[in-house]
Amino acid sequence: MMRFRTAFAAALLCGTFSVAARAEDPVKIGFLSTFSGPGAALGQEVLDGFKLGLEASGGKIGGRPVELFQADDQAKPDVGRQQADKMVERDKINVLTGVIFSNVMLAVAKPALDAGVFVVSANAGPSQYAGAQCNPHYFAVSFQNDSGAEAMGTYLNAKGVKKIYALAPNYPAGKDFIAGFKRTFKGELVGEKYTTFGQLDYAAEIAEIRAANPQGVFFFYPGGMGVNFVKQYDQAGLKKTAPLYGPSFSVDQTVLPAMGDAALGAYSAAFWAETWDNPQSKKFVADFEAKYHRIPSSYASDGYDTALVLDAAAKAIGGKIEDKKAFRKALETAKFTSLRGNFKFDTNHYPIQDYYLTEIVKDPKGRPIMQVREKIDSDHRDAYVSQCKMAAE
Amino acid sequence: MTLSLFLEQLLNGVQLGVMLFLMASGLTLVFGIMNFINLAHGSLYMAGAFAAAVAQQATGSFVLAIVAGVVAAALLGIVLERAILQRFYTRSHLDQVLATFAIILILNETTRMIFGPSPLRMSLPHALSGSVPILPGVPYPTYRLVVLLAGLVVAGLLYLVIMRTRMGMWVRAGASDRTTASSMGVNVPVVFSGLFGMGAALAGLAGILAAPILSVQVGMGEPVLILALVVTVLGGVGSIRGAFFAALLVGVVDTFGRVLLTPALGSMAIFVTMAIILAFRPRGMFATHG
Repeated sequence: MMRFRTAFAAALLCGTFSVAARAEDPVKIGFLSTFSGPGAALGQEVLDGFKLGLEASGGKIGGRPVELFQADDQAKPDVGRQQADKMVERDKINVLTGVIFSNVMLAVAKPALDAGVFVVSANAGPSQYAGAQCNPHYFAVSFQNDSGAEAMGTYLNAKGVKKIYALAPNYPAGKDFIAGFKRTFKGELVGEKYTTFGQLDYAAEIAEIRAANPQGVFFFYPGGMGVNFVKQYDQAGLKKTAPLYGPSFSVDQTVLPAMGDAALGAYSAAFWAETWDNPQSKKFVADFEAKYHRIPSSYASDGYDTALVLDAAAKAIGGKIEDKKAFRKALETAKFTSLRGNFKFDTNHYPIQDYYLTEIVKDPKGRPIMQVREKIDSDHRDAYVSQCKMAAE
Repeated sequence: MTLSLFLEQLLNGVQLGVMLFLMASGLTLVFGIMNFINLAHGSLYMAGAFAAAVAQQATGSFVLAIVAGVVAAALLGIVLERAILQRFYTRSHLDQVLATFAIILILNETTRMIFGPSPLRMSLPHALSGSVPILPGVPYPTYRLVVLLAGLVVAGLLYLVIMRTRMGMWVRAGASDRTTASSMGVNVPVVFSGLFGMGAALAGLAGILAAPILSVQVGMGEPVLILALVVTVLGGVGSIRGAFFAALLVGVVDTFGRVLLTPALGSMAIFVTMAIILAFRPRGMFATHG
């Protein structure tokens, strides 16, 4: 009798597990992002965009309710790792998303993937997972880090610009952006400067730029560093002779309100901007502004697209995301209306997307915005996809 | 490096130094005279910048913004001193560091709750936003010259107040020997409160003057605080004159270190300089304590 009871209980237990993917069970999403410190605005952007994307799909993913587990990685890999472990082991998340910084992503992705969790990046796009370390359960909805810089090099070649001065903070992403730029830019770099991360004053570097007399400056300074640099560059009066060029993160809506007029006339290479010309983007920008009272950046649009991708893929397989093989296939071929318009996953699960030139101008309310100009690159593929041998499962 | 570029970089160094001096002067007074380590000095700098940015957005006036920033920082400083910090004057330095570090965290989070995580804007009046030629072919931002001038004026005024007035005498007496000064009839608590308020106002002024050049955001005070601490220690704790020359030295060394050395070495230049100077002058360049 005892044995029968145990067997019965075991059978019951097995039963509960095997029907785990019922429609009323929530999809558990771990949203690990940066909500404190200098990068806090970025995490909030992605989260706000993601929530708006969830609203668009009726608050559901593949017809199932969503349980969102939110945690702050403080932009630190060790903190991110602890939080991710908690989400994976205690909360039993199905999908991990939200990570902003690539160094955090490199720390959290592997343990999550090893535990069978899907990592769907709404921002960080490290080269490692685009190349040799590419993984069947790792997707980047956003971009590969180098791509915007590569597109800017392509644009400056087409414009016949020959002499560029390049600057970035002295840390891995800074070096990636300049490396990406050098990969495509055919002219001469009359200066290549890596400054201390978090540097406040750029007067000395700006004096060097003036002395080198370039035709333009390629720069990547995220967050407050960019605000400092752009304001000081503008005050030095160099913008007319040597315009500023950068990937979109250098001059997007996370920093533009603080830069003000100093940013006017700067150019960037963008995969999305607030003036993107398609109906879904116009609706998104209007909805976002109505709800959060600010103009969205591409961080927010990536958050939005991430929610849409997850919903579209889950819907295609009737919400049964526990079937990992099917969910992976569904993600690879997900049909959704991206804010970017042209979007699909490459064989390494990173985006194939278009890049446009944008110029910073004033909108009718006098606020600086990224105005879309000409197309730079169609169906841009990242530089690492050939190194990726994607495993079957 | 051509001569004109060298002179421009020298001016950049001096200008950075003057900005650091504004921040360090308040710190060195409080540290030197009250023997109190106030890490929250950076928060007062942030408070000045935020108050100025908000006042400018509300009124459109740069002058009103400066007034609002100085008043806000001084008020916050006095409230902090009265409510919390004065209880820590007699405690150990470690307790002071812990308490003021906690205040940094609390003020940062409070600011984030009120103003959000995105940086604010502080723009310049049109007259100051351009540049003027300082050498043939070398335009220099007008505003940086204004900051330079403002810093020199503040340094001069502080020097006069400390060296030529009765209150300055009390302050110097307190810096040299607190107990004796007190027994000679100096009302130490009042002097301390006034001094703390002045230090806070100076930090606020530094924040306001930096706001059009730097990003006005949560946590903006901490990187500057570190440099200001270096200046304070290098100059000799409690010495205004020391803080002034140490700030200029740090500004110039940092500027040329960034230009002439590799990034890793350039960011160490200040700290190597500090180590060398402290090896020979452990109490700083202009030590005040006996």
